[in-house]
Amino acid sequence: MARLDTRQKLAILADAAKYDASCASSGTQKRDSSGGKGIGSTEGMGICHAYAPDGRCISLLKILLTNSCIFDCHYCINRKSSNVRRARFTPEEVVQLTLNFYRRNYIEGLFLSSGIIRSSNYTMEQLVEVARTLREVHDFRGYIHLKTIPDADEELVRQAGLYADRVSINVELPTERGLKELAPEKDEKRIEGAMTDMKSAIDDLKDARRKFKSAPKFAPAGQSTQMIVGADGADDGAIIMRASGLYDRFKLRRVYYSAFSPIPDASAVLPLSRPPLMREHRLYQSDWLMRFYGYTPSEVVAASDDGMLPLDIDPKLAWALKFRDRFPVDVNRAPREMLLRVPGLGTKAVKSILGARRFRQLRLDDIRRLTVSLKKLQPFIVAADWRPVALTDRADLRTLVKPRREQLELFAA
Amino acid sequence: MYCVTLAHHEDFAGWREAARALALAGVRAEGISWQVGDAPQDLFGDEAIPDAQPGAALTVPKPFIGLAQSVICHSDTERFARLYSMLLKLQQNRRALEDKADPLLRRLEELRKAVGRDLHKMRAFVRFREMPEEGVPDGKRYVAWFEPDHHIVRTNAPFFQRRFAAMHWSILTPELCAHWDGRALSFTPGATRADAPDGDPVEETWKTYFASIFNPARVKVKAMTAEMPKKYWKNMPETALVPGLIAGARARELEMVEKSKGKSLKPVEVRGLKRAEEEERRLSPGGNRLAAWEALLEEAKRCTRCPLYKPATQMVFGEGPVDAPLMLIGEQPGDQEDQAGRPFVGPAGQVLDDALDKAGIDRSQTYVTNAVKHFKFEQRGKRRIHSKPGAQEIEACRWWADQERDLIAPKVTVALGATAARSMIGKVVTISKTRGAAIELPGGGEGWVTVHPSYLLRIPDKGKADEELARFIEDLRTVQNRLTALAA
Repeated sequence: MARLDTRQKLAILADAAKYDASCASSGTQKRDSSGGKGIGSTEGMGICHAYAPDGRCISLLKILLTNSCIFDCHYCINRKSSNVRRARFTPEEVVQLTLNFYRRNYIEGLFLSSGIIRSSNYTMEQLVEVARTLREVHDFRGYIHLKTIPDADEELVRQAGLYADRVSINVELPTERGLKELAPEKDEKRIEGAMTDMKSAIDDLKDARRKFKSAPKFAPAGQSTQMIVGADGADDGAIIMRASGLYDRFKLRRVYYSAFSPIPDASAVLPLSRPPLMREHRLYQSDWLMRFYGYTPSEVVAASDDGMLPLDIDPKLAWALKFRDRFPVDVNRAPREMLLRVPGLGTKAVKSILGARRFRQLRLDDIRRLTVSLKKLQPFIVAADWRPVALTDRADLRTLVKPRREQLELFAA
Repeated sequence: MYCVTLAHHEDFAGWREAARALALAGVRAEGISWQVGDAPQDLFGDEAIPDAQPGAALTVPKPFIGLAQSVICHSDTERFARLYSMLLKLQQNRRALEDKADPLLRRLEELRKAVGRDLHKMRAFVRFREMPEEGVPDGKRYVAWFEPDHHIVRTNAPFFQRRFAAMHWSILTPELCAHWDGRALSFTPGATRADAPDGDPVEETWKTYFASIFNPARVKVKAMTAEMPKKYWKNMPETALVPGLIAGARARELEMVEKSKGKSLKPVEVRGLKRAEEEERRLSPGGNRLAAWEALLEEAKRCTRCPLYKPATQMVFGEGPVDAPLMLIGEQPGDQEDQAGRPFVGPAGQVLDDALDKAGIDRSQTYVTNAVKHFKFEQRGKRRIHSKPGAQEIEACRWWADQERDLIAPKVTVALGATAARSMIGKVVTISKTRGAAIELPGGGEGWVTVHPSYLLRIPDKGKADEELARFIEDLRTVQNRLTALAA
């Protein structure tokens, strides 16, 4: 086989990395390249430098070091029995690609993952080497996200945390059974063990920094994980409970969901239909409800029908329609927690309402200025000049408030 | 009337100084005209700005400074006056900034938001290109051309300074250019696109990445354009790939599904693909034309202009790119088309596809439709036998066919069969007499007439059938040549 040049390798190894959903480059420490000999900065908010026609942002150079793998996970395009073309970058090639892209303001940094070659430790060493070269040789101060390999040596994982802003390990599938069936060589215990180690390493170094200013920073953007939706039989309820368990136990920054999409040369075990994008979207929305709106996981599950979140309306609206006795909410009196439950009111709008109502009795016109769509929330609120009367109890409320366009359902499977 | 002249568009210091003096002198917002730079003076602005009395203090809550600094960068010409009104309001009520329902504050917040978005998009979408220069690190200066909506270059330059401290760079914009030489930022007057380099050796690699990271199984064009509006595209090298990626997406996905299956699809997949097709119709390029076409489709779905809508399964509308240069009109959907909801997918469609292929016409670049949009049939036991549409039905449906043709405005329209010819021309013609010559159509474009592919299927004599098929292909070839000639 002819040797591949960097561009050909990039085509193969970026293609292989696209099933990783995370592209976040936010939430790390604030730093910049002033006074250094290299380039790079991170200022809290991540920047999306481009968007692909799949609607996902391109913030990081997301690639695999190699797509060869000794594992045979059915859902994965890179499994050893797959017929895809293989390629492998040298660490130096990845370093140069990252710097070249960064200099032209294409990216915020690097997201590096890899198929497992030879052994977990060998693979992990190579990943760490890339991050080390970027940081130490080139004084690169942009964002680095490293995927860690579950069985790798603890010392290697520790080094990864020292060079990277974020580390992650994929739990892959929401249920243990799914993992057994579809990723026979992977083991829930080992994955969770690695996540526990990572959490304690992050905690330890945070502790140390409280005592000694000189203590090194360790994965300042924390750890995250990803699971695949729609490849096994898990329903939304199971996924939500699993995600909330992961958040609690491992202090994860994010749980990413990736709608299973047909991959070239897929294993016969898997469904081959359009990816359940709308389902993925609803799961993210429910994730938001738990993280920013004060819903408990069981409350989100209560919004579902037999464990599946409705696809035509968002989970917050679904919850409100199920628990109508909690509405209407008086925008002039209700506490923050209750305002957050009104469909159509986001965290910003709630903050504005709380500020504004100290100065005036809020009328419907005021609310209109503070929110995007008054129509959606009208049945659920009471304002100085508005009372929904029987609206909240109408049986056909769902059709009145649900988004008119059918298009959303196009993505549902 | 007071006239204040500010040094430049985002001269916050100048605004602050003047606003303080004017507010202390009790001047109302209507009594001030704000000017920037050398703009002609207001005719009535002749009063001198009163000097602030020494020791006189004017205080504002801290968040107002941030709001004003941001709003000053907006291109809104009323921004100085609006901020001044807010300043006066704050003198009456120090907590006025907390009243988010106040219309003036709301407007200012909107301006701030627009500036914030513009700042962010500039950080995201500036694309540097290297330019040889002596005496700088690596012998390269990195130069970008960008067109912001608001006056944000001065505010945004420090971000690029912090990020690219070790590089020497310049960002050129129509109004103001920023430069960094490793030690200090400097600003020069506006430039033109021609002053920036027009290529970079890494761009092809970047495009490779852009194309490869895209997952064709999940096309969400709206999500993309919401965050990366088209106005930025012209200065981003990778966006040139977008139309091609979208067009190829479903083909790639289908290929994946087909390859891995090799067997027939399950009903659920057929439904999924049907949805995908409908979605794809929405995605083909064409801007407003596409929106108009979608509206037309929605309307046509509810058509009751003739009784055919009753027994048919569904209305079968045309499909294809809304900017297609070639439009084919058939007679009416058949049994299979009626079930699939798409034109020419049955046996006649097969014949047509083969013939198009042989004539060198790409069906995916062609708009294919029918003169009559509902299936007309007679039920014979379990079978539904095709029945020729009558004059009234053709007339009723011309309403849709004409609108389709107006919208798509193809250079060439081909009527397949007598029914289509009647719909296209508006009167009864015979194929043998009209065949083989262009007909000028009212409303532009030219029309051609040939046989319907199903006619070829009905010829019992094999020799005759082959002959007719060859003639049909020849007709299509003529059309293809005509298209090439018209495009040249």
